[in-house]
Amino acid sequence: MTESIVTASLPLLVLSATSVAIMIAIAIKRDHRAVAIISFAGFALSFVSLWPASSGAPVRIGSLLIIDRHALVYMGLVLAASAAIILLSFRYLEDRSEHKEEFYLLLVFATVGSMVLAASSHMVSFFLGLELLSVSLYALVSYPRIEALPLEAGLKYLVLAASSSAFLLFGLALIYIVQGTMDFSQIASVAPDAQSRFIYLGGMVLFFTGIGFKLAVVPFHLWTPDVYQGAPIPATAFVATTSKGGVFAFLLRWFAAEGGANQSMVVILGIVAIASMLVGNLLALRQTNIKRLLAYSSIAHMGYFLVAVIAGGTLGRSAATYYLAAYILTIVGAFGSLLALSHGTRETETFDDVRGLFWRQPVLASIFTAMILSLAGIPLTAGFLGKFYVLAAGASVAAWTLVIVLIISSTIGLVYYLRIIVAMFTDSDRPGSELIRERIPFTPRIVLVLLTIALIFLGIYPQPLWNAITAGLG
Amino acid sequence: MILVCLILLPLTGGIASLLAARWHRDASRWIAMAAVGIDLLLTVVLWSSAPQSRWLYECNQDWIPQFGIRFHLAVDGLSLILLALTFFLGLMSVLASWTEIQDRIGFFHFNLLWVLAGITGVFLSLDLFLFYLFWELMLVPMYFLIGIWGHERRIYAAIKFFLFTQLSGLLMLAAIITLAILHQRSSGVLSFDYDSLMNTPLSSGMARLLMLGFFAAFAVKLPAVPVHTWLPDAHTEAPTAGSVVLAGLLLKTGAYGLIRFVLPFFPTSSHELAPVMMTLGVVGVLYGAFMALTQPDLKRLVAYTSVSHMGFVLIGIFAGNDIALTGAFMTMISHGISTGALFILAGALQHRMHTRQIARMGGLWETMPALSGAGVFFVMASVGLPGLGDFIGEFLVLFGAYRASVPLTAIATLGIIAATLYGLKVTSQVFQGPNRHNWRLHDLFAREWVIIGSMMACLLWLGLYPQSFIRMFQTSTTASQTIASASISPDGASSR
Repeated sequence: MTESIVTASLPLLVLSATSVAIMIAIAIKRDHRAVAIISFAGFALSFVSLWPASSGAPVRIGSLLIIDRHALVYMGLVLAASAAIILLSFRYLEDRSEHKEEFYLLLVFATVGSMVLAASSHMVSFFLGLELLSVSLYALVSYPRIEALPLEAGLKYLVLAASSSAFLLFGLALIYIVQGTMDFSQIASVAPDAQSRFIYLGGMVLFFTGIGFKLAVVPFHLWTPDVYQGAPIPATAFVATTSKGGVFAFLLRWFAAEGGANQSMVVILGIVAIASMLVGNLLALRQTNIKRLLAYSSIAHMGYFLVAVIAGGTLGRSAATYYLAAYILTIVGAFGSLLALSHGTRETETFDDVRGLFWRQPVLASIFTAMILSLAGIPLTAGFLGKFYVLAAGASVAAWTLVIVLIISSTIGLVYYLRIIVAMFTDSDRPGSELIRERIPFTPRIVLVLLTIALIFLGIYPQPLWNAITAGLG
Repeated sequence: MILVCLILLPLTGGIASLLAARWHRDASRWIAMAAVGIDLLLTVVLWSSAPQSRWLYECNQDWIPQFGIRFHLAVDGLSLILLALTFFLGLMSVLASWTEIQDRIGFFHFNLLWVLAGITGVFLSLDLFLFYLFWELMLVPMYFLIGIWGHERRIYAAIKFFLFTQLSGLLMLAAIITLAILHQRSSGVLSFDYDSLMNTPLSSGMARLLMLGFFAAFAVKLPAVPVHTWLPDAHTEAPTAGSVVLAGLLLKTGAYGLIRFVLPFFPTSSHELAPVMMTLGVVGVLYGAFMALTQPDLKRLVAYTSVSHMGFVLIGIFAGNDIALTGAFMTMISHGISTGALFILAGALQHRMHTRQIARMGGLWETMPALSGAGVFFVMASVGLPGLGDFIGEFLVLFGAYRASVPLTAIATLGIIAATLYGLKVTSQVFQGPNRHNWRLHDLFAREWVIIGSMMACLLWLGLYPQSFIRMFQTSTTASQTIASASISPDGASSR
């Protein structure tokens, strides 16, 4: 029994051990390269240990965690995304801040938090995971501490995230009052009586406020553009992918057990989804900073994701997971391209910075274009199949309003995605374009090419991933 | 397998010409020409050796089994002729850009070939998911063609084009998914296959909604009147090859979709909505023709004539009988060639004169007799001169539409008079009259002679011996099914 628990929690254990190893390494000697290698090896080992962990799944660890295939799929996603971010940002960090090593430590902590979220089956483990993730993120966002913009972004994130955690805790407390348990599976099994229904619903709404803040859906999205823009690109990429992955996994698990039965929650989520799709896409139209633009676009993508969540059922959950996988892959690739271009002194982030990129860096520009097209949901990319699955999920439950809004808003979204591409192929003689790095280092180049291949592979041949996902959810 | 080759050739050719441009400028042109040329040859071989069955050739493989999506390609008479047109015009556009495109040659041919591959896929797909995939695949390279090598307002035109087609395409995707899900509910099998979806039982309200979903995508491509506004901009701003592919091929995918999918899938709704559709067609005919009359820009003028011609196609498709449908098909083919030729000539003029303004032209016959003669030939074809392809098409459309609705046909006929007006305007103001601006220009080059000559020959063939095309078209069972289902419906077209 204990043996199977150890095997099942191997991914978490390996990564936690990695964090200790990093701390020891830093204590012995500050060496950026060594720390990067240790943390990458930790991610890789943890990723590999997903297979032994899956052999006995599902395994319950106390009442706190459940390691089932759903959790493992999401852990895999989160680990892959973090590993890719490390590989992409090594050169970037090398050029910039003076103490680079702790960045990796924080990244590992946050990933562990995200994985705990994916596996949590209890309010306590959920909150622990969330806080581990959030606290690491405060530091990650404001990591270049001598610059004003990251500090501002970090502070903003801190204040808002902390207050949203307070909401969340209060919501959990209300739910606990009614149900008398903190185990999520038991919360779902007992229906609240008529008297306490409002307290329960109030708890749910507050609880969702906390979740909504993490996902950055409208109306809890206000921090997103500033944090995306202010944070260094590796941290931004991390906020956009790993931090959302864990929350997603949790949301899906919770919704599958509980939310689908609760009609008023479905309505609230529907309104949130519609608002996110429209607001995100409309506000993105006016941006000239690519990081900021991707922030608004992420709000819209969360809206698409919610459509699949609301659709529910095996199809809806599989669609949501596929969509998230495609989105994470794409957004890592997009931020990775920006990272690869950024010089030591300044980030590549505005339209002017990438002007004429097609003619100076054709390969990188093509990769970036592929990523943008995937965000826009154009065929042959993973993003298209993701959108197809979400549409199919929405149509299968006849959620026409959501489907129509999705169609209209993703057309609006196309306008700004195309603007980035237009900027890349218009000629530029402006001096601003000198900011772009002329030679892309080896590792980021390989990683980006691999990401692009994966992007196209998932867009043409979704079967393996889809099978893995449905096996985990079915 | 041969069908897969038809798609793979331009795809790989595109990548090859992208890479080849690095070591030699003209290499990518030759590679592009070879890829399209081999495809054209293959199509001709298919045509000449076509067996008599419903689908002449077929390729059907599993692709995404969880969703019942198959890699299903098949060719019948309708798609075979459209494929021939695709590769013929593809070849012409490679030739036409030989001197016009001087920078980023490799990327240009990459995009051109990928558009052609997308169009080929659209004409071949019998799985609706695959169809949608190719439908969208055409857009991105076309967007680059317009956006990078276009004229002054290219970015605006490219984005407008993309948005119109994308929005309508997504509506179609929603309709496709809904149709597949309804089919799954009634039969228990999730499938996107053409034949299985065709027999999905639908309530009449649902059928009408789904039909409109499909129609949205096809009407934008066609284009039908209220949603045509992307066309004049895109056609005018695109480089010559882009305009040729747009007018000659992309518009045809809309008409093809109506014939292949809308009519057989929703026979009853098509029949019910036919008066509306035909009215849209008539409005398009007249509106296009009159707008063409007032255009000062030569390419824009030609673009509006496309709106007018496609109005005839719309009338023909929804008239509900065999004759009109055949007419619509003939109009599609001949419009592709005659308008393509007009765009090539407009491009040749712009290359020489650096203007598209009709006011700056005049008396060109004096300095370029051969080019002007060719110009008059194609303008007359577009107006509908007997003996050339367009005449057959429009005649058959009107002939068939007369059975469906006399007043609409009478009004549509007025469009031909308007066409004569714009035809005469181009002839008199561009080619004839005094050479006021004292143009001294080089007449047709050998390469242009080849383009123009072969296009003239095709139009004459279409006009003088249309039977070879009509026979091929009618072997395609889609046509006969369409007609069968139209005549089953409660009040047949002929009784109205």
